[in-house]
Amino acid sequence: MQTSLENDRMAKLKKYMADVLEKTDRPESYLIAVLHRAQNLFGYLSRDVMDEIALTMNIPTSHIWGVATFYHYFKLKPQGKHSIAICLGTACYVKGAGDILRTIKKELKIGIGETTEDGFFSLHEARCLGACGLAPVVMIDDKIYGELTNQKIIEIINNYRKRDRKSKEG
Amino acid sequence: MEKKTITIYINDKPYRVEPEQTVMQAADKLGFHIPRLCYHPKLSIEGACRVCIVQVEGLKNYAASCSYPVSDGMKIHTNTQEIRRARRDIVELILDNHPLDCHTCDRDGNCELQRLAYSMGIKKRHFEGEKKSYDKDLSSPSVVRDPDKCILCGRCVRICSEIQKVNALRQAYRGFKTVVMPAYNMPFSESVCTTCGQCINVCPTASFIEKNYTQELFEKLSDKSLIKVAQVAPSVRAAIGEAFGIPPGTAKEKETAAALKRLGFDYVFDTQFSADLTIMEEASEFLDRLQGKGRLPMITSCSSAWMKCMEQFYPDLIENISTCKSPMSMMGAVLKTHFPEKIKAAPEKIFSVAVMCCTAKKYEAQRPELKINGLNGVDLVVTTREAAWMIKSAGIDFLNIKGEEFDHPLGLSSGAGAIFGTTGGVMEAAIRTAYELYTGETLLDIEVNELRGLKGIKEGKIVMDGKEIRVAVAHGLGNACDLLDIARKEPGKYHFIEVMGCPGGCVGGGGQPYADANSIPLDEECLKLRAKALYDLDRNRTIRRSHENPDVQRLYKEFLGRPLSELSHKILHTHYKKKEPKGIIPRGLVRAR
Repeated sequence: MQTSLENDRMAKLKKYMADVLEKTDRPESYLIAVLHRAQNLFGYLSRDVMDEIALTMNIPTSHIWGVATFYHYFKLKPQGKHSIAICLGTACYVKGAGDILRTIKKELKIGIGETTEDGFFSLHEARCLGACGLAPVVMIDDKIYGELTNQKIIEIINNYRKRDRKSKEG
Repeated sequence: MEKKTITIYINDKPYRVEPEQTVMQAADKLGFHIPRLCYHPKLSIEGACRVCIVQVEGLKNYAASCSYPVSDGMKIHTNTQEIRRARRDIVELILDNHPLDCHTCDRDGNCELQRLAYSMGIKKRHFEGEKKSYDKDLSSPSVVRDPDKCILCGRCVRICSEIQKVNALRQAYRGFKTVVMPAYNMPFSESVCTTCGQCINVCPTASFIEKNYTQELFEKLSDKSLIKVAQVAPSVRAAIGEAFGIPPGTAKEKETAAALKRLGFDYVFDTQFSADLTIMEEASEFLDRLQGKGRLPMITSCSSAWMKCMEQFYPDLIENISTCKSPMSMMGAVLKTHFPEKIKAAPEKIFSVAVMCCTAKKYEAQRPELKINGLNGVDLVVTTREAAWMIKSAGIDFLNIKGEEFDHPLGLSSGAGAIFGTTGGVMEAAIRTAYELYTGETLLDIEVNELRGLKGIKEGKIVMDGKEIRVAVAHGLGNACDLLDIARKEPGKYHFIEVMGCPGGCVGGGGQPYADANSIPLDEECLKLRAKALYDLDRNRTIRRSHENPDVQRLYKEFLGRPLSELSHKILHTHYKKKEPKGIIPRGLVRAR
């Protein structure tokens, strides 16, 4: 099941690259676009995926690695099912984001940039999510949670876990 | 038509200069040496270090002279107090993230950063802060990568991608965390690195250095139970003098032999002898292939970095590579078979050392397929630089030493063996012998000028008994790849291809002495002078054709029989196979899926 899903994604990436190669004789200039597409499909950039891009686009792997590591946006490790981005911008920080971050780290037993062992959450830091009025704020996937307290953030995390368990049972 | 010129002002004086050049280029020609670091004339402009800044009137910011073009009426200031201070600050900031361990550093005394700091007048450090700290990559048998010494000038990245076209290196991550590394931060030994060592040549600091075996060699030299044997590559003698302050282009053949004997070697042999041996085998192999026994074009196999490059990027042409071992490994093979027999010693007792201009030879020496009856043909390789250091360290007065001959029976060489060290030389040497083997007549005009010089790809034609033989020569892995791309597309275009992995051939090897303070790494003039030293050695030899070397003839009579004999095949020939390290792109190959 997993493999055929992976194959399907790889087929989509290859199709995308074929279209790119069709319209350019300078594949390097499309590298970032291709990496974006790959990350959208796979959730992160694995070595296998980067090798495949190198072969198809005829771009040295060392160059691809240079670009992939330069931009924070590109993830080099598998990401959790849910991404938690904690805002550490000025307003949030003043309102106690540092404390919230410690609580999350303790609860999930991971640091920034890491993923929980069960692959459920990844933790990232953000610089201002534009919701300073609600500080301190976290964004889980594309949803904002504001006016957080240590207790509240644990409840929110637990709710995600509960929902996941339900969907598995159902 | 008169060339158009413009007027620029440097430090308030007017000069007529040609347009379409950078401030640095114009200033260089006028005798103003603007300090610089990341700039190299053979590489693309990076503009990364900002050391070459100048003031241009009307510009708000300082201009990087390496990339800023001249224009009519431009007023440039290269040496005001303000620009001196700004430049000094820039170098200070580089130093702030650099280990200050000059007196224990491998590049002490020939480090470009050290020289710059001195010429900027930096006398004290102002800032103490976090410094980068990474592990050294010691995985490669040839090249050590030490990111802590790196100042991110990017010269290594550019030579690896632009001149060598191997693309093993790239800057990864960003800002303070930027590190030059192979793809996926893999160990060098597992990457596409061909171990050519050109990154070492162009590195201004000690971020890239050769894997140093000098202490190990000193140990072995003091071991009385071993018979210590050295061999010396052609280009070593063409350049080793530079490490002692002798101008480039001065061959130090007998002096090198004498110095190595003083170091404690029992026998000092000449790789030029085995170069002659290589020619005997290679020319015979070529004639065999010409008569339909094997694929054409035949590609030479002396350059170890090139061999790895081929196995990675041109696996489809492996059959075209000559099966001959390199001269170093042929010598190694004889040293572990015929030689111990001759001196009545056990092969295990022979400690075989190669003094090479090359870092890739360290890698070659470890290739398992080159073993002779379970023994390494070459036990240890030191570069020209390492050998020069050992000679200094042992207190041998190289400048005043009286020259000595190489030892018998593996020390006599023809002029053809000498020119093995420069681009085109192997081909020229092969032609001298192949012609005579094929036609039975002696080739009189033996200097093949179209194969000499520093053009990237050189072509030539010889007519042997009415048959036209088309040959091609490339130096530097980038040119070599371009040449093979042609050969791949037009398989009938050439009969014989010579490749040397380094710019200029072995004379520009990754193990050659560093450029002195008034020169730049891989300076073309310097490469030409080193080549000339070898051509002069050739011209001054009585014997200039490999097959006329009496000691080579004797080796065949006493031991090998004839070229391509069964024994020759067993010990002087080898094979290559496809390699696919991670992070590789087979050039132009579509991988079947």
